[in-house]
Amino acid sequence: MQPLTNKAQAVNRAPMTFWERLYLINIIKGMFITFSHMFKKQPTTRYPEEKRAFSPVFRGLHVLNRDEEGRERCTACGLCAVACPAEAITMEAAERQTGEEHLYREEKYAAKYEINMLRCIFCGLCEEACPKDAIYLSETFAPANYTRKGFIYGKPDLLIPNPVTEASDLALARGVEA
Amino acid sequence: MTILAFDWGLVIEKLILIAVVVFGSLGIALYTTFGERKVAAILQDRPGPNRAGPFGLLQPLADGIKLIMKEEIIPTAANKWLFILGPGLAMTASLMTCAVIPWGSDIELFGRKIALQIADINIGILYVFAVVSMGVYGIMIGGWASNNKFSLMSSLRAASQAISYELAMGLALIALLMTTESLSLKTIVQQQVQGSWWNIVYQPLGFLLFFIAALAECNRTPFDLPEAENELNFGYHQEYSSMKLGFYLFAEYINMIMSSAIMASMYFGGYDLPFFDESTVAPNIAAMIGVGTLLIKIVLFIFLFMWIRWTIPRFRYDQLMNLGWKTMIPLALFNLLITGALILANS
Repeated sequence: MQPLTNKAQAVNRAPMTFWERLYLINIIKGMFITFSHMFKKQPTTRYPEEKRAFSPVFRGLHVLNRDEEGRERCTACGLCAVACPAEAITMEAAERQTGEEHLYREEKYAAKYEINMLRCIFCGLCEEACPKDAIYLSETFAPANYTRKGFIYGKPDLLIPNPVTEASDLALARGVEA
Repeated sequence: MTILAFDWGLVIEKLILIAVVVFGSLGIALYTTFGERKVAAILQDRPGPNRAGPFGLLQPLADGIKLIMKEEIIPTAANKWLFILGPGLAMTASLMTCAVIPWGSDIELFGRKIALQIADINIGILYVFAVVSMGVYGIMIGGWASNNKFSLMSSLRAASQAISYELAMGLALIALLMTTESLSLKTIVQQQVQGSWWNIVYQPLGFLLFFIAALAECNRTPFDLPEAENELNFGYHQEYSSMKLGFYLFAEYINMIMSSAIMASMYFGGYDLPFFDESTVAPNIAAMIGVGTLLIKIVLFIFLFMWIRWTIPRFRYDQLMNLGWKTMIPLALFNLLITGALILANS
């Protein structure tokens, strides 16, 4: 067969010379190789103190967005739940009452909005389906939990801090995410 | 100070020395386990244990506490007494070696001249050999008492390996003893302190053979066949748990320290600091410098042991036996012959 690269080498089956049979020289050579590794840079990331940055296209934990006045953007249309291939999203819609205009932007809102993080495959299709820019995938991942229930994230877990009343919290969250 | 016509000062002095040496070697052995992991890590571009305490320095304590807290399991089919005796014997044998090692020159304290050696017996090296060959009983008994085929196989390997390499070790030593004309370790070290050269200059081949045999005696890579994980699971201490396992592992590290101390004493001048005249400082300070020098030599030897372990793969069993019987023993005999001829030519 024609060799594909020029890296192929015939196996050397010649009997070992006296110096090769002594082994000691090759052992000393090997020991110098290991010794040289003492001065090499360690590729280790010391994890809890040091974290490797995510890639710019990383898709992590979901957040529910608010508009500039702090009103929830989600109208509970259900497009994200339909788009979800893992069927991880559940929601219940409710009608906005008078006096709640400062809480919800549209006339209909999600009274319950749950994502099961164990089912979610973090594909980002909900983000693409959303017509109201209400759901986004952030740059963090779901922390460990002892129970399955702990992985079902409700509205309090998903909503971002209110930019009007909790501006400092929002800045902090953005800083951590960035 | 003479009650019952007995020098009680000597007894107290020796007891203190024994306590210091035994607990000192235990402490060093503790940190040798840590050193082993650190050296392995650094040679493999890893950081190694660094979580317990600053730089992971508390890691050996954490390991010790873990071993003590673990459940003690004695298999029902095991011979209970021998099962308990095994690790104890391994530990005792390895600790007993330290009795004849001269740790430094004499110090003067409270008007007494104290030798930094537990026992300066005139058959020092023979004693070391006798005790080292006892060590294999610990392994043998442990492996047999476990009532496990793999443990038994491993202890058989350990025993035959120890016997094969003790021969080469002894023959390499005889050549050294022909030049020193003494079996006492103290005398051998004194000769090197007073003479211009260390014994390594006179016996390079002898040292190489002794060193290889010491690797095999300590069951260190490349001769760690008794614990070959891939064929014998874990070797002779497979059925052991908790501190009994700890004792076996500890005994291995203490063996390493003791063989390093013996090699340093016999071939590398013991507590002799080169290019330094001990008579220029007070005798006590000179003795302390000597102890420090010997400790540094021991640490360097231990590092060499570890360096070899993380470089060379394990021998196959037939290769081990071939090396022992067909290479080491003829070479040791050849070394003996050359040494004898040179002594004859010089006289």
